[in-house]
Amino acid sequence: MLASLKKKETYLHYIDTLKYSLYCITHPLDGFWDLTHEKRGSIAAANTILILTLLARIFKLQYTSFIFNKVYWPEVNIFLYLASVLFPLALWCIGNWALTTLFDGKGRLSQVYMATCYGMTPYPLIQFPLIIFSNVVTVDEAEFYAMVSVISLVWAALLILAAMSQIHEYKMSKTLLFTVATGFAMLVMVFILLLFFSMISQGIAYFISIGKEILFRL
Amino acid sequence: MKKIVKRIAVFAMSAVMLAGNTMTVSADTGYTYGYDWWGDVQYSPDAYETIDVYTAVDLGLDKKLSSPEGLYVAGDKIFLCDTGNNRILELQRTDVDTIELVRTIDRISGNVEKKEFAAPTDVAVSEDGFLYVADRDNNRILKLDMDANYIMEFTKPVDATFDQSLSFLPSKITIDTAGRVYCVATNVNKGLIKYENDGTFSGFVGATPVTYDFSDYIWKKLATQEQRAQMESFVPTEYDNVYMDYEGFIYACTSKVTEEDLDSGAANPVRRINMMGNDILVRNGEWFIVGDLYWGAGGGYEGPSLFTDVTTMENDVYFCLDRNRGRIFAYDDQGRMLYCFGGNGNMDGYFKRPAALEHMGHDLLVLDSLDNSLTLFTPTEYGKLIFDAIEQFQKGDYDASGASWQAVMDRNGNYDLAYIGIGRSLLGQEKYEEAKEYFELKYDADNYSKAFKQYRKEWVEENIGVIFVLVFLCLCLPLAIGKLRALKREIDHADIFQDEE
Repeated sequence: MLASLKKKETYLHYIDTLKYSLYCITHPLDGFWDLTHEKRGSIAAANTILILTLLARIFKLQYTSFIFNKVYWPEVNIFLYLASVLFPLALWCIGNWALTTLFDGKGRLSQVYMATCYGMTPYPLIQFPLIIFSNVVTVDEAEFYAMVSVISLVWAALLILAAMSQIHEYKMSKTLLFTVATGFAMLVMVFILLLFFSMISQGIAYFISIGKEILFRL
Repeated sequence: MKKIVKRIAVFAMSAVMLAGNTMTVSADTGYTYGYDWWGDVQYSPDAYETIDVYTAVDLGLDKKLSSPEGLYVAGDKIFLCDTGNNRILELQRTDVDTIELVRTIDRISGNVEKKEFAAPTDVAVSEDGFLYVADRDNNRILKLDMDANYIMEFTKPVDATFDQSLSFLPSKITIDTAGRVYCVATNVNKGLIKYENDGTFSGFVGATPVTYDFSDYIWKKLATQEQRAQMESFVPTEYDNVYMDYEGFIYACTSKVTEEDLDSGAANPVRRINMMGNDILVRNGEWFIVGDLYWGAGGGYEGPSLFTDVTTMENDVYFCLDRNRGRIFAYDDQGRMLYCFGGNGNMDGYFKRPAALEHMGHDLLVLDSLDNSLTLFTPTEYGKLIFDAIEQFQKGDYDASGASWQAVMDRNGNYDLAYIGIGRSLLGQEKYEEAKEYFELKYDADNYSKAFKQYRKEWVEENIGVIFVLVFLCLCLPLAIGKLRALKREIDHADIFQDEE
């Protein structure tokens, strides 16, 4: 692993795979097929896109003009803010993989993650210039901002849909079905997590109160 | 090491002293507050302070006031309806802190059957000097001259639109310049009753337009006759009080509001009614004009603010009296809340059951019908500065207005309107770059955009040369590079060099 870091080819491969995301967003069906089947994508590039997305989120918070984004700083928690991307992403990947693997999906968990991250490419690509744009417009021109912002999200969503159909080798109707199903799977996971955490905290509270009781009696 | 400790100690001491100084400037008692852009409560220095609270003893009356309800100010004269004692007091403000009794009107003379009042609830003076009294329990509105001689009376409207089974109980009145009478009557929910100056009833004005949405329609269709009868019928609101402003528009307020309507902005507890009976109050503020934004139970009071009276100054600042928590809310001509002060209690400047609010110049008078007292407020230095800034801006004196807002900001750094005021005066002075900074600080997107548009225009005009060069380079450089590459390629592949190899 470390040895490979010293080779020049590793970096060339990384650059190539990162550049490949630009091909994917313009040629989604072809691009996402080759992403896994021809091994033209890499987890390293996927991580980079994810980090860029998170950075775009943070920069958007800080540098977007107040006309479009008024931030109540006392309530901002940067970790929760990042978790608002990372947590649904993790749930999506696990939920999607868990379901599709039961129904002839060809994608592995790492491939689901990689393809989803590649699908998010338009977000940082559009949002970074949009942050600069937001600072040179007035409320009269706010429509442009809103439209472009929506385009970045819709584009990313369509890409993820296309990516899922290609890596699992599904038809579009089946992809849509499993996207909805994944949504339910995510809800179920959230429910179980809540249940789990509340059980744990109840359990701990029980033992703490027993401990206190014993201390009082001693 | 010792030195550092000493320095820190000195610094801390000076900081404490500084803090102490500012504390005396703006005593943060929680008496006066406002809301910032986020709707957070921002305490402010007091904008109004009490001059005195006047009771029957201070006014030299023979007997105690009894649940007084009506108040009217004309010049330095104050007319007060001592409702429970069936009399009207004429008072005069002879000095800043002195109010003296001029006379007591408890009988009227002239050609009229009932010569005594029965629970007079409101009084008004017309421009041509006649005294109008809402004589509630006698079911009439009296027009008297200044010597209490009967001139005429306005009685129950004889009209198909007025339910004749109801008794006519006029509670609040206001008179326009032509002598027309607008009356709020108990149990009348069609708006204000309007009389011509000859006493004829000429209809209702200012009723809330009856609207209902599609879901209401469906429910009504599905409901049975009994259910429909049980459903709350769509009735316009019943007003609590009226005030005729200096331009002849009627400010009306109502406390018959539901919390849902206040939350959604459907209820407009304060309205400015024009001749057509339409509500033309400007509502450009960040928040609805509903008084308190937070209705948490505290001190035995809960629920929204209930506006029971309203008064408007010549600078279009209007004050609303909340009888629930005993507070007075000040709004400017754009519907932005300037500040709010008051409360329920026994101290001066607090109320038990505030009933009426009037203004005399910039001073405010509040009548308390449970405490049987009259409270006189006057603006503090801070309050005066706010008025100055508003009035100077209305006159178009932007420089002076900016200076006044700056003085307000020096006293209250948390006051959004001061920032926006300074920004607006800078905008008037065409200092766009500075103006936009002030607007940005307080999230005023519209004004910011106005300033920024001009700033951007100026910037582009100044840097037009650079922009042209950049655009030119962006367009021509790739072209030139392409040409050069093609040339190089041609040379590299030229036959003469190929031959040499």
